[in-house]
Amino acid sequence: MTPRQRGAVWRRLRQQSAAVASAAILLALVLLALAAPLLAALAGQDPTTYHDDLIDSARGGVPLGPYGGISGDHWLGVEPGTGRDMFARLLYGARISLLIALGATAVQVVIGLAVGLAAGLGHRLADQVLSRFTEVLAALPMLVIAISLTAIVPADFPRPLLLVLVIGLLGWFGTSRIVRARTLAMKKLDHVAAARLGGSGPLRVARRELLPALAAPVITYAAVLVPGNIVVEASLSFLGIGVKPPTASWGQMLSTATVWFRADPMYVLLPAGCLLLTVLAFTVLGDAVRTALDPRERSRLRVGTHSARTGRSADAAREKEAAV
Amino acid sequence: MTGYALRRLGGALVVLFLLTVAVYALFYVAPGDPAKLACGPRCNPGQIQQVRERLELDAPLLTQYLHFLQGLVAGRDFSSGTAVLHCDAPCLGLSYQSGTPVTELLGDRLPVTASLALGAMVLWLLLGVGTGLLSALRRGGTTERVLTGLTLVGTATPVFITGLLLLMVFCAYLRWLPFPSYVPLSEDPEQWAWNLLLPWTALALLESAKYARLTRASTLETLAEDHIRTFRAYGVRERSVVTRHALRGALPPVIALTALDLGTMFGGAMLTETLFGLPGIGQLLVHSVRVIDLPVVVGVVLGTGAAVVVAGVVADILYALADRRVALT
Amino acid sequence: MTSADASRAAADLLVEVRDLSVTFHAGGDGGSAVQAVDGLSFTLAPGRALGIVGESGSGKSTVAAALLDLHRGTGARVGGTVRVAGTDVRAADERELRRLRGGRAAMVFQDPLSSLDPYYAIGDQIAEVHRVHRPDVSRRAARARAVEVLERVGIADAPRRARSRPHEFSGGMRQRALLAMALACEPRLLIADEPTTALDVTVQAQILDLLHDLRAETGMGLLLVTHDLGVVAGSVDEVLVMRGGRAVEHGAVGEVLRTPREPYTKELLAAVPRVDAEPAVRGARGTRGADGVLLEAVGLRREFGGRRNRTTAVDEVSLTVREGETVGLVGESGSGKTTLGRMLVRLLDPTAGTLRYRGQDIGALGDRELRPIRSELQMVFQDPVSSLNPRRSIGESVADPLRAAGGRDDARVVRRACELLERVGLDPAWYHRYPHEFSGGQRQRVGIARALAPGPRLLVCDEPVSALDVTTQAQIMELLGELRRDLGLSLVFIAHDLAVVRAVSDRVAVMRGGRIVEEGPTGEVYGRPTHPYTKGLLAAVPVLDPEVSADRRALRATA
Repeated sequence: MTPRQRGAVWRRLRQQSAAVASAAILLALVLLALAAPLLAALAGQDPTTYHDDLIDSARGGVPLGPYGGISGDHWLGVEPGTGRDMFARLLYGARISLLIALGATAVQVVIGLAVGLAAGLGHRLADQVLSRFTEVLAALPMLVIAISLTAIVPADFPRPLLLVLVIGLLGWFGTSRIVRARTLAMKKLDHVAAARLGGSGPLRVARRELLPALAAPVITYAAVLVPGNIVVEASLSFLGIGVKPPTASWGQMLSTATVWFRADPMYVLLPAGCLLLTVLAFTVLGDAVRTALDPRERSRLRVGTHSARTGRSADAAREKEAAV
Repeated sequence: MTGYALRRLGGALVVLFLLTVAVYALFYVAPGDPAKLACGPRCNPGQIQQVRERLELDAPLLTQYLHFLQGLVAGRDFSSGTAVLHCDAPCLGLSYQSGTPVTELLGDRLPVTASLALGAMVLWLLLGVGTGLLSALRRGGTTERVLTGLTLVGTATPVFITGLLLLMVFCAYLRWLPFPSYVPLSEDPEQWAWNLLLPWTALALLESAKYARLTRASTLETLAEDHIRTFRAYGVRERSVVTRHALRGALPPVIALTALDLGTMFGGAMLTETLFGLPGIGQLLVHSVRVIDLPVVVGVVLGTGAAVVVAGVVADILYALADRRVALT
Repeated sequence: MTSADASRAAADLLVEVRDLSVTFHAGGDGGSAVQAVDGLSFTLAPGRALGIVGESGSGKSTVAAALLDLHRGTGARVGGTVRVAGTDVRAADERELRRLRGGRAAMVFQDPLSSLDPYYAIGDQIAEVHRVHRPDVSRRAARARAVEVLERVGIADAPRRARSRPHEFSGGMRQRALLAMALACEPRLLIADEPTTALDVTVQAQILDLLHDLRAETGMGLLLVTHDLGVVAGSVDEVLVMRGGRAVEHGAVGEVLRTPREPYTKELLAAVPRVDAEPAVRGARGTRGADGVLLEAVGLRREFGGRRNRTTAVDEVSLTVREGETVGLVGESGSGKTTLGRMLVRLLDPTAGTLRYRGQDIGALGDRELRPIRSELQMVFQDPVSSLNPRRSIGESVADPLRAAGGRDDARVVRRACELLERVGLDPAWYHRYPHEFSGGQRQRVGIARALAPGPRLLVCDEPVSALDVTTQAQIMELLGELRRDLGLSLVFIAHDLAVVRAVSDRVAVMRGGRIVEEGPTGEVYGRPTHPYTKGLLAAVPVLDPEVSADRRALRATA
């Protein structure tokens, strides 16, 4: 990307007020997550201490007081059943959510880039094998496999790392498909042929002609991956297969909330709100990054139909769905 | 066309075969000792050995896999102590927990999952395609902005949050609906529908947002194509241009994605089923994972994988039927 | 003339454009405005034909669209009055406008594939349009009408072909189908926007002949928009030359083409390469005699595709290029000329056959052994957009081969790149600018400079000027001729345009279906073609003289 184009991308990003707001929200969220222990200490709370005195054991453990027991000590109330501090738990939940989602995205992008480049640049046979392999793996429904894998991994394996690996290893197909398709399309461009004629070897061509052009689509796709990964982590926790208690996680809180939603609506609304806000902010920002990097969104979509005409239509539909 | 369909089917068979290898390798070969896992944490070595023998886990890997394949194709017998249990093809093994053939378990759960998936599909297609088309027609206006915002929120909301909110509003607060409990269609169609209404809505809201975005984008993309200009230049009404020409061009990806999504959902809408307590395939999987019932887990994974692969073929064929250029190029 | 007379005369006119201006706004609010058409006026009497000619950016297509007010609702600002077939187009309401569009004035577009809906049968699309204007006609009758007009435009087996979808038609047939759609409602005016630009020259001749016949038969008026003066010569009565949104010259076609008054028209005409005349400028002929063979292909063959759908793009082609010689390679789309060109520089590997460079067999050399020879075989590409890396400055693009060859001394590399930029007529001060800041012709110069950087002996030019306007085309061809003379280069010049090839080549090979059907010295092949395909090709090339053009049409009609 030329310096001037880079400037234009920034300008287009800054022009979208929703994007700026999302970025601000995410920045605040990251800071809050990083400072979680500090903030919890400031509030005089921690995420794991039980407060039996704050819940109504006669009614099965509903927090005492209005709105889930909000008070000067417990800014966002306490958890039903245990009386743990909600503010601290939500903060620590953000840590888990962001850590796992970003870690998984990194794994997905690295593997996707490597496999996509190998398939796109390598020999026809390598491409065939890799593509078929990807197809088989992509046929496995991600959530199903993720859940199943957690069943067979030894119990002492650190859960956050396991989640990063599982989500990462099961979610790189989209990236590799995009990288491969882009690489193959670019290999046909005349300036790549010209570079070969100019005496560049395959590695020099890849490094100088292809890789720089892959940055934009990969960044765009990664931006779309993050909110998806947050949802997957929350979903696994919701199903009881995420991080282990007493580690706090939004999905897990929502899972517990299925029992409490009649008695303590705040216990649904708080984690749901956090999760929604985060996912929404990432989605909006991802959208904005895409339009900023590629103002000709329409023509990009047209590439989608073109591949549909010549290639696998189901894949094309899926890619298009991911692209819009 | 037929040739194209056959080629795709052939490719799918290869993928399915590779899928069995991958799944088998993943669960029976890779980590730890399946017998120990199957037996649970409080087993003594003797019990583990018993389990190992019963599951033929002491046989060579290839033999195990071949037996597994044989079970799939022709059925197989299991001996537990003195009794011999026959498991008809396609046999995915017996549940560690109950000893029931996995296929039987899947068969019991399928109607629930199918009810959920098909009902939700009708809703999400109506809602999604309608919304997408409307926002494509009203592009540039307030309607489009509102709809775009709504679909954005829709795609960002996980199904369990939508579901929880629906439960809170309609079951706890307004008390219009009872907490859903599955009633088979054959028993009482009316109760069946009433009880599934919330799960359908929760699932459809999420999916329809996706379809709205896809429909809108495809319609706009088609509207930008040259042939639309032709019909405008020949005095065709804008309404006909959009509904007859633009929507027609937007449909193939919608149809293909519907087939794909349906395939994935037949493998169990785990989150929805867990939240609403529907005894579908997804719930079966979650339960089996908790109690480490490996044959059931493998069975569900394979079944789901097969559903996805088949859905992929169906999607491709539908796409080709909807857009004849595919098969011919 | 009284005002009553004037208004009657105006009412009799088929098209009356007064002071038309169209402004587009690029990039929304605060974006720059582009004045595409600027105060244009012209008229067209019923049954007459007007050609609007201009280079890209002249605003000619914008005028065509304005006649049907296709700019309505696009945000373009339109000024002036436009009357077509008695309708005040700009004042007309939607209903009136719809009645005009297709009913009284029909339009034919450039790209016949994308101009038809891929999802419906061609007959149905024509029937749909017909029923829009004749709501009383039944579906069945509308379909019958579609078959009728398809038959009229020369679609064989029309009742069956009416059920085909556009992708099952060839390019020429699609353009015929579009013409059939235009005919369906018997319009009084046909607006054709570059109707033959996407077609091969023989198909172009057929479509233009068809257009001519239809006009003679129905008496409809024609507004033909094109960049090709040759197309205009045989098809219209009057010509309007446009440049920068304004009319430069307007008059009878014979006068404008034979005795142009305006300098720009003269310049345009001078730039058009002639297929029927011995070129005035010509590079030095190969003087080294028959032993100076540089590159020799024997029985070269290239196949594409897997087992199921194998196609042969180049089939047993033998070709010799001598030192300092220019070999022209002509053929229509799909003739295999580009594939052959890419094999000559080893961008593509031949499936069979031998390729010898200075006597050494290089057809099967691996990347490593090929490296020393690579630099001597270079290529200039067709598309000036995709042939330059958009992320690299033009100077760096030229310097790239020097760096790849191991040029470590940065100052020397840059100096050499600047020299090369200057050599192809670009300012070395532009070294750090990016491709999108340049015009097509300038980018093509960058491409040539890059090809020169490794110090080649042979330059394969693949359609180097076909994406360029005619005046730019002439400049690039002149540059190539110069370089060849000064550097003693050999050239393989690939083009679909017979006139362009004639202007630069010593020898010509005519390709068709992957084979060379005729080869020989340029004068002989063009003067006394022996193969019927070459004869057909030459007869189809549009000529600038309206009378000659008419004679040729008559000749084609009898043939």
